[in-house]
Amino acid sequence: MSPTPFLVLSAILFTIGGAGVLLRRNALVAFMSVELMLNAANLAFVTFARMHGNLHGQIVAFFVMVVAAAEVVVGLAIIVTIFRTRRSASVDDASLLKL
Amino acid sequence: MNAPNLEYAELAPLLTVFGAAVIGVLIEAFAPRRVRHPVQVALALLALLAALVQVILLAGTEVVGAVGAVVIDGPALFLQGTILVMSIISIAFFAERRLESGGDAFAPSASTLPGGEEEKVLVRQKRLQTEVYPLTMFAITGMLLFPAANDLLVMFVALEVLSLPLYLLCGMARRRRLLSQEAALKYFLLGAFSSAIFLFGAAFVYGFAGTLRFSEISEALTAQIGQEELLLTGVGLMAVGLLFKVGAVPFHSWTPDVYQGAPTPVTGFMAACTKIAAFGAMVRLFYVAFGGLRTDWQPMLWAVAIATMAVGAIVGLTQTDIKRMLAYSSIAHAGFVLTALVAADETATAAILFYLATYGFATVGAFAVVTLVRDSGGEATHLAKWTGLGKRAPILAGTFALFLLAFAGIPMTSGFVGKLAVFTAAVDGGATPLVVIGVVASAVAAFYYVRVIVLMFFSEPAAESPSIAVPSVWTTVGITLGAAATLLLGLVPGPLLDLAQAAATFVR
Repeated sequence: MSPTPFLVLSAILFTIGGAGVLLRRNALVAFMSVELMLNAANLAFVTFARMHGNLHGQIVAFFVMVVAAAEVVVGLAIIVTIFRTRRSASVDDASLLKL
Repeated sequence: MNAPNLEYAELAPLLTVFGAAVIGVLIEAFAPRRVRHPVQVALALLALLAALVQVILLAGTEVVGAVGAVVIDGPALFLQGTILVMSIISIAFFAERRLESGGDAFAPSASTLPGGEEEKVLVRQKRLQTEVYPLTMFAITGMLLFPAANDLLVMFVALEVLSLPLYLLCGMARRRRLLSQEAALKYFLLGAFSSAIFLFGAAFVYGFAGTLRFSEISEALTAQIGQEELLLTGVGLMAVGLLFKVGAVPFHSWTPDVYQGAPTPVTGFMAACTKIAAFGAMVRLFYVAFGGLRTDWQPMLWAVAIATMAVGAIVGLTQTDIKRMLAYSSIAHAGFVLTALVAADETATAAILFYLATYGFATVGAFAVVTLVRDSGGEATHLAKWTGLGKRAPILAGTFALFLLAFAGIPMTSGFVGKLAVFTAAVDGGATPLVVIGVVASAVAAFYYVRVIVLMFFSEPAAESPSIAVPSVWTTVGITLGAAATLLLGLVPGPLLDLAQAAATFVR
């Protein structure tokens, strides 16, 4: 099994995620893009684990899933609070803090 | 299969703080509301003091523990001690209740609508929010683990454990809640983005070396077994994640916004402790794991250091808000630390350790002074409001001037010795041009510090001048500690310098 296709897929997912964070205006969608980046990293870890024939990378993937779940809790709390205050989850509207 | 053996004695400071955080959550769930505040404050302070005592008792230990995942050595213990001292001072500022009538710096409930009916009822009831203490303790756990992490996975987990509570803490200010929530959103989105980049970088480093352990990565590097493209990509991406946390240019854009929007005690806490922890982790990663690759990462850090010092010093000149100004000052300081980091030897490690301690004391103290200058809308952070402060509150203004002089690196303050140490280390490491730029940047930055001092002491007070709040013993003791340490480390830096020198060896 060649790891290359998996790594390419992982890189594509990471790029989509990164572009999503930078281009999308909705905080929820931007956050989903971050999660996509984390999963791209997971895929890379698992692929490398297979390539090296050890389990370290797969263990990392488990930890990352837990961390991502905790991040969802914190992130949704912040985004929902902002939405309740402003009736909008757009990152462009939140612009009181400027130079 | 045998259970792994944990070095409980060496990991005790970490476990103490973590245990206190968990107990704090239980107190939130079960203790009656009126006793929560005193109990939480007492628990946090006791646990931090206990952890500090344990760190001091462990001095000189060199152990690779937790099946190789965590290393307790000189730099780790020095940084853990520094973080604990800064945290104790910060908790004192969190506990201050005299500045707002019957409240602290935090919203009575973070989930109520700003300005809504529910919030007004809670304010009338003088409701206090005590969740901040367990959250802070979790953040401190992450910070203690971060500079002690000895593999990529632990480093990532520590990064998240320290960041997630901080995102929440940023959004909990009592006044100007819209700003505070906005700061939390920005910090969260950008922080999560940078952690994801860090993790992807870690994946590539693992792909190169086939191991997560720093020492084994270093061995793989020397043996040149893997593909170097993977390694270089990984190092670059991981550097992005860490440079974001220390607030280095071009990953600094969150710093001024978050520092301004977050409740001021939290700003002081994260400005000091996050930076200490993140630089500790960065030094370990770059020296222990990627030490053999230094000719490749040094040019990158050169560029980042120059940009960071320049932006911190120049953009800081245009600021009119005191918290934003201090934020740019902290960016410039990140640049000064980076000058020593490129030198990559033991002198540099010692200089960085010392610098972080001096910077921490001055930073927590300076932000605490900001909480005391108030008008009807809460803290008066606009610089115009600070005009003539020295005539009305000479002691307060004098203390703030001391912190500013330390930031500027004027002799007789800790900042001077710190700057001297990092610049000397950088020159010894062959980064003389960097030091020249650093000195110029210090001179530029000194201009805006001195401008504030001139404003405070040599201008007539403004018509609508703010009131100077009389703090309780918490803030008074905290600021006194910060100021005393700043002065003392400027006059007799020897003992701490020796300690930093003795602690500068990494265990691999």
